[in-house]
Amino acid sequence: MGLRQVAALEQDVAAWMGARGMLELRGLTRRFGATVAVDHVDLDVPAGQMVGIIGRSGAGKSTLLRMINRLETPSSGQILSGGRDVTALEGRGLREWRRDCAMVFQQFNLVQRLDVLTNVLIGRLAWQRGWRSLMVLVGARFTAEERAMALAALDRFGLAETALQRAETLSGGQQQRVALCRALLQQPRLVLADEPIASLDPRNAQLVMDALRDVNRHDGLTVLVNLHHLDTARQYCDRIVAMQAGRIVFDGTPAALTPERVRAVYGITEQEFAAEAEARRRAAEPAPVTLAVA
Amino acid sequence: METEGSLAFWMYRLDSWAWLLFETANMAALATLAGAGAALLLAFPAARNLGAGRVLNPLARRLLEAMRTVPEIVFALIFVWAFGVGPLAGILAIAVHTAGACGKLFAESIENTGLGAWAGVRSAGGGWAQACRFAILPQVAPSLLSYALLRFEINLRSASVIGFVGAGGIGEELYKVIAFNYYEEISAILLLVILAVFAIDLLSERLRHRVIGAMR
Repeated sequence: MGLRQVAALEQDVAAWMGARGMLELRGLTRRFGATVAVDHVDLDVPAGQMVGIIGRSGAGKSTLLRMINRLETPSSGQILSGGRDVTALEGRGLREWRRDCAMVFQQFNLVQRLDVLTNVLIGRLAWQRGWRSLMVLVGARFTAEERAMALAALDRFGLAETALQRAETLSGGQQQRVALCRALLQQPRLVLADEPIASLDPRNAQLVMDALRDVNRHDGLTVLVNLHHLDTARQYCDRIVAMQAGRIVFDGTPAALTPERVRAVYGITEQEFAAEAEARRRAAEPAPVTLAVA
Repeated sequence: METEGSLAFWMYRLDSWAWLLFETANMAALATLAGAGAALLLAFPAARNLGAGRVLNPLARRLLEAMRTVPEIVFALIFVWAFGVGPLAGILAIAVHTAGACGKLFAESIENTGLGAWAGVRSAGGGWAQACRFAILPQVAPSLLSYALLRFEINLRSASVIGFVGAGGIGEELYKVIAFNYYEEISAILLLVILAVFAIDLLSERLRHRVIGAMR
């Protein structure tokens, strides 16, 4: 490695570790036709924080997270990370940004017909370079180290024995933890969890939230998690951001989000909010599995 | 010698016909393999849901259309002219048509796939080709294989007549005996072709069910 490259690398690291925040959103807006899903959102997230984003359905939480990962393109505004403008990235730069901010979805988004291990190894795709990327593309041949990493991640969440099963044979809670393993294999700096527990029963929801907190505490990753349940947000997050109609209407510690504040912000009581979240969970529960016809 | 009307008289050239039938089956197999391979590569850019781009997507679709609209026999005439008389011309002609026909079916299979896994791979920083390989291919592989094997059956029929224009296989022989009005031989060859198609139909049906069963 040449001196210039070392200097560039140091600059990169300095930019990441420096005074600049892990993530800064500046007037971030996304319109779908006439509706504004996310409306001039400004948000600073320092490294290592676990941020819960709450709001009723349609408040723009998902669009916000999907924009940060650039799955959605912002209509206007900026996403900055360590002083780098993420909104301007494309090609290799964009893929590396996506690698750095891993995404966990409500519907897990695993490849159902692939085995669990390969699903986890998908987190390594953005790391492949040169001939290795050809080996992976043609034969799914990941290195022994990468497979060991994947197994270690699965083992951490008690899923090692499912490694060779197809993803579709796993329960929702297990699939979500596999998705989290995939996220970890990306070696990200940021984890964006888009309603990760909205389709899970309470017990699995707790397992997944515990896993997310563990990733935040022990791996030092910044976590942004969309939630429907105020109680869950209070229990797990350092900071709560409440959204309503695309705007941030509350930003503070869990303690500051009192039932009175909830009422003032949403115009409904906390019980009503919880009931709405529960109704949504039931609606999101996967329909009974039907066999596909050949 | 009173052999006329006997089975030996009817099938007296069985040895060379059997060889020609074998060649015909090989032509069909090779053409299916090559055509399905090309179709697989073209189907991903041709599918409308994967965002292949405003240039690549229509280009792939038009190419597939061109390949399946032109009849095999016309391609065969062109290739006989280009590469000379023989099975190579037939294989190429059938392969091109197969690529066009299978490519459309493959692309439709891809379009009917849910994009959840696709978003998963893309959000992890996977490139377009990587997402095709890891998010889409595993989900569509059984139906793609099913289409390709079905096409193999169709291609055996095509390979049997494509020899009419000198593109190899049993078709050449069939054309010859038709031209000479050798009625016994016409019926004998037709019977053999039908038997071969039966055999391949049964075989590929079994293969299809076994492979797809194993992939489920």
